[in-house]
Amino acid sequence: MKNVLSTKKGIIGVGAIIGVLASLLQFWGNPANMGICVACFVRDITGALGLHRAGVVQYMRPEIIGFVLGSFIAAYAFKEFKSRLGSAPIVRFILGFFAMIGALIFLGCPWRAILRLAGGDLNSIFGLLGLTGGIWIGTIFLEKGYNLGSSHKTYTSVALIFPIIMLGMLIIMLFNPAVADESKSGVLFYSIEGPGSMRAPLLISLGIGLVIGALAQRSRFCTMGAIRDLILFKQTHLFVGLVSMAITAFITNLILRQFNLGFENQPVAHTMHIWNFGGMVLAGLAFTLAGGCPGRQLFLSGEGDGDAAVFVIGMVVGAGFAHNFGLASSGAGATAAGITALYIGLLSCGLIGFTMKENM
Amino acid sequence: MDHIVDARGLSCPQPVILTMKTIKETNSNEITVLVDTDTSKENVIRAALFKGWKSEKVQEVDDGYEIILRKDK
Repeated sequence: MKNVLSTKKGIIGVGAIIGVLASLLQFWGNPANMGICVACFVRDITGALGLHRAGVVQYMRPEIIGFVLGSFIAAYAFKEFKSRLGSAPIVRFILGFFAMIGALIFLGCPWRAILRLAGGDLNSIFGLLGLTGGIWIGTIFLEKGYNLGSSHKTYTSVALIFPIIMLGMLIIMLFNPAVADESKSGVLFYSIEGPGSMRAPLLISLGIGLVIGALAQRSRFCTMGAIRDLILFKQTHLFVGLVSMAITAFITNLILRQFNLGFENQPVAHTMHIWNFGGMVLAGLAFTLAGGCPGRQLFLSGEGDGDAAVFVIGMVVGAGFAHNFGLASSGAGATAAGITALYIGLLSCGLIGFTMKENM
Repeated sequence: MDHIVDARGLSCPQPVILTMKTIKETNSNEITVLVDTDTSKENVIRAALFKGWKSEKVQEVDDGYEIILRKDK
């Protein structure tokens, strides 16, 4: 059967839908220019579980749960659910870890970089340039033979672990719902101020997450792959999806009066251009070496890729480190510790790229 | 000259990289590519098409696909 969503029209349509839904999520309560941010939302989930204690970024984001479960449902329905793992999991963990550190120095993953730009935040241009630079470095490693090796088929129950964890998170959330002005409900932490306190209604967030998860699984939407394929193969297939997302988010923002052009006073952003750039070089390199943007890693986790799930767990641990050790930036800018972590991350990713290759 | 690309188990973008490399180096007008996911199958066929190769035949073989790519001389 022909997969309509993986055609050019399909990917353009999926990008367009994601752009509109992301802007609508902001309208319905998510933080400004953060309708969807995979890095920020995984970080918020880390906080909701108390694995970091930054009070302003703690919320069990249903969008992330929806991404994984939506992908799982679509993959299962179209017989693409395949249990596989074993392609350098520890390396993917480290890549997830440093991808998160880099993204939190910029304050956003590639998804949010696009949404920030679509909302008029010009600081994001440096993030997107950094992202492209990081991906470009990654493609050099790929051309020189970088390869994490094959995964192998395994028991179906293995592939169910990550979707079940996400389902568990949803159940925990339903049994420990947000209570007005309370920073804790049962076992979960809830921000009462800051970005973590800004959230669209649970069912809307979950529903949109499920829809995007399913569409992205079918269309293979990937923000990093969009730029990588353009550089590596001169192919525009995924890139047009990314452009489509940017355009519809921009138009929706204009209609909803969410567009605010400039560098200063942008929501959840800072103006240190060099670190906006540098943070995303690290994130872009880590995503390229791992073969997918953070959204794609969630979708792959949903369709049975155990290695992508390990990458996501690396992001969770990275988020914990980023906030427990003051590596994440804030509106005031990047931190000295964050910059040190950035150098360590670049060195680590560089070593991974240099040393893990087959002779071509 | 080896005209079989075994990209089973490899994550994105390795199947495409290996296929492109073989397309570049081969003097044959037929290549067989083995992949294990639908995503890899689509990516390989799309990339081959981009280089002027057509997917002659795609068939399911134990938990994956065998793709025969052909270039008309």
